[in-house]
Amino acid sequence: MQQILNFILKNSNKLLFLLLLCISLILTIQSHSYHRSKVVNSANFMTGGAYQQISNIRDYFNLKNQNEQLILENTYLKNSLYNTTNLSLKNIEFEQLKITYTDTLFNVTKANVINNSYNKPNNYLTINKGSKQKIEPDMGVVNSLGIVGIVEKTSNNYATVQSILNVKSEINAKIKNSNHFGSLTWNAKNVGYVQLIDVPRLAQITKGDTIVTGGRSTIFPENIPIGRIEKVYLDTDTNNFTISVRLFNDMTNLGNVYVIDNLNKAEIKALEKETYKDE
Amino acid sequence: MNNVFILNLFRFIFLIILQVFIFNNINFGGYINPYPYILFILLYPIDANKNLFLLASFLLGITMDMFMNTAGVHATACLVLAYFRPTILKYTFGLSYEYQTVKIAEKINTERFMYLLVSIFLFSTILFSLEIFSFTFILTILARIISSTILTLIICIIIIYLIKPNK
Repeated sequence: MQQILNFILKNSNKLLFLLLLCISLILTIQSHSYHRSKVVNSANFMTGGAYQQISNIRDYFNLKNQNEQLILENTYLKNSLYNTTNLSLKNIEFEQLKITYTDTLFNVTKANVINNSYNKPNNYLTINKGSKQKIEPDMGVVNSLGIVGIVEKTSNNYATVQSILNVKSEINAKIKNSNHFGSLTWNAKNVGYVQLIDVPRLAQITKGDTIVTGGRSTIFPENIPIGRIEKVYLDTDTNNFTISVRLFNDMTNLGNVYVIDNLNKAEIKALEKETYKDE
Repeated sequence: MNNVFILNLFRFIFLIILQVFIFNNINFGGYINPYPYILFILLYPIDANKNLFLLASFLLGITMDMFMNTAGVHATACLVLAYFRPTILKYTFGLSYEYQTVKIAEKINTERFMYLLVSIFLFSTILFSLEIFSFTFILTILARIISSTILTLIICIIIIYLIKPNK
């Protein structure tokens, strides 16, 4: 007993180092495995508060830019409202209107990006809405120009968002006006471009076509813009197309975003789970 | 002793604030960020309690992880740097370290420059290897290690010149 105590006292520095090293390595490795919830993130009271302060100051320099973006979006929405051919649609209650347009019900919450990273392979954003405002993990985040990411973790008042500029990100996307779809990934090289992989060779692809979200996930509604086709390669391993997509969004300059909640997500998930269980 | 503790506590908080509010937003050339907050580890008194030093470095790293969403990467890098600091000191300062006469926060000479360079290089190597954690990005890792080491070194030297602590 005496000897064990002596040993511990003598090597306390080494032992403490090894203990702390184990903790930090476990945290690191956990963060690299797919979709594991993280212990250390910026959606907590202290860091969220600090980023809110920085964002309050920085927003002033961005006001003009953000205003222009919002006016553009308003113009687009007004246009589609006034040009609705079915005039009776205008008189229907708002709740019903949502059902008329799409079979799935979506709930949209506005939020502000208070921290944004884009210089790493795994990028995350922090937004100033959290579980108190009914934000949950796996909700989609978009802005008026296109998609931004998926909610990863929430605290009371803040949430972290896995950016589309994240090598772990994989989002279902398709070519507009066709049903050929692929997975949207990022190769960590350029913040202006993402890659759409595994597009079948049958697909008709023209440079400049628009890429939009596909309807195959419960996270994003269908037809949210992502970007334009810039280059097409043939993947020699899988014999599928890989498309380089120029993003509509400037991911280095994000302000107002919308968080989209698919109200039928639980129902769809439960149904799918039941189906797989039966097999 | 008490004085030294308060000085280091102040340095701890000040460097975190500086890092989060200013140096994380530099994005020089798109992705290069300096990490001068490790000055806390580099300038920590040599004769102080080693266990406390390890704990403080770990705490510093985990705080940076929280701000940067990197989960454990900074903590590991800080911890390893803190643990191997005596070894680096021994190699760069040689005899004067054995006699405990080394003063780090003084005018830059060859020995101090080498000490900073080796420490920052070690830190960046661990940081970016763990953060990216993939052999397919080996060139990206190397580019980031070198560019970040140079930038951090320059800013560390500037800060040491500006504040000259312990004086």
